[in-house]
Amino acid sequence: MAPTLPGGTHTGARTWVPAGTFERMPPNPWFSWDYVVNNWDELSTALVQHTTITLQAILIALVIALPLAVLAHNVRWLAAPVLGTAGVLYTVPSLALFAILVPFTGIGRTPVLIGLVMYALLILVRNALVGLQGVDPDVRDAATGLGYGRWRLLVAVELPNALPSIITGVRLATVTTVALVTVGFVAGYGGLGTVMFRGFRSSYNAQILTATLLCVVLAVVLDVALYLLGRALMPWSRTGSGESRRVRRARLRARTPGTLEGAA
Amino acid sequence: MNILDDALTWLNDPLNWTAPGGLIDRTGEHLAMTGIAVLLAALVALPLGIWLGHTGRGAAATIVAANTTRALPTFGILLILAAGGLFGDRAAIIGAAVFAVPLILSNTYTGVAGVDPAARDAARGMGMAPLRSLWIVELPLAVPLIAAGLRTAIVQVVATIPLAAFVGGGGLGVPLRAGFATQRYGQVLALGLVIALLCLAIDGLLSLVQRAVTPRPLRASARVRG
Repeated sequence: MAPTLPGGTHTGARTWVPAGTFERMPPNPWFSWDYVVNNWDELSTALVQHTTITLQAILIALVIALPLAVLAHNVRWLAAPVLGTAGVLYTVPSLALFAILVPFTGIGRTPVLIGLVMYALLILVRNALVGLQGVDPDVRDAATGLGYGRWRLLVAVELPNALPSIITGVRLATVTTVALVTVGFVAGYGGLGTVMFRGFRSSYNAQILTATLLCVVLAVVLDVALYLLGRALMPWSRTGSGESRRVRRARLRARTPGTLEGAA
Repeated sequence: MNILDDALTWLNDPLNWTAPGGLIDRTGEHLAMTGIAVLLAALVALPLGIWLGHTGRGAAATIVAANTTRALPTFGILLILAAGGLFGDRAAIIGAAVFAVPLILSNTYTGVAGVDPAARDAARGMGMAPLRSLWIVELPLAVPLIAAGLRTAIVQVVATIPLAAFVGGGGLGVPLRAGFATQRYGQVLALGLVIALLCLAIDGLLSLVQRAVTPRPLRASARVRG
């Protein structure tokens, strides 16, 4: 127990500063391992919150975005309004969006989750649509020629061909979402953003910087994980220069009639 | 809707608009801060992007810059700047400018570097010096993309500036923060709508400007790309 002495301050280092002398300001480092170790509970809780809400938002957005993209791909005139609406939602600032949602949903997880889904939606729909529209017409023709129906064409040919673009969209949306969650602090659910703001309010630099760094690390880790997931989902993109030997051989074979046609 | 009524009542009160520190004052502050931030970002990004694009160097650097800033949480950077001594408006302006730079940079770079080599060749064949070719041939061809980058950057800065209120700055975030702090959700909703509409209006306005500054022969292709 630190003895309290009248008229002075006990600094804890067995020195007693008499009243009337100025003590140095307590140190306020930008980084301190002690802070990280002593506050790991708070940091890890925020990190888990941050990660789970990000993943949940991306999953929900994906479940909404893929059917929308398929719809916009098949019903041509729907593409413009779908992308337009998503674009308008994307233009609304996150802070304003949370401010619009909170009065109706109350403070907490719900408004932040809804907001994050709305932002991820544009990126995911746009990338999925670009992927679907970029499928080589010859490949589509070949599948139709083999007697594939509309659904089988979609599931077995178009979606796998659009997968690289979809994965890119998911990675982009995830990284953006990790950064966006921090603004959720206004709605009382900002994950690491809440920790940053707490650090700012109590003027403790290490808390702000640690939470910001964790946020960046989380974004990078999720990005790399999704990249690896993409590689696992697309074994054909791994061999050689991005296409398997079988595909390359098929392409070489396909080139011959092409040149003949061009000559004729 | 009770809250919607509250929001409309708040918006309908002229005092909330004209009082010192009312919506009109705050919008003025907001736009002034936006202007400074975009100007700062453009002063860095435009010359750099034009130079890199003209020389064809630094493609990887611009991509890395764009990707890195995407992973950085704006709010965290704002708080770090504010805690580091740039309290209030200055922190928000510099923070917003930092995030606007890669948007302008990457579009300017792509615009200038993507000019048809044939056009550049023709310019040289007519005896134009590199700088003259840049000014007369390459820049006009790059205008649609540069304008698109500036538009995205401006809209994003307008969207970022409300955070200034949380580090002691001004702008439209101030009444928003006050509404959150006092749990007057009608006011919160009203401010959310005002900020959202401001962003959409500016985006719409800038799309017209973008069209106006695009040389007429390029308009059709710009529309396709957008």
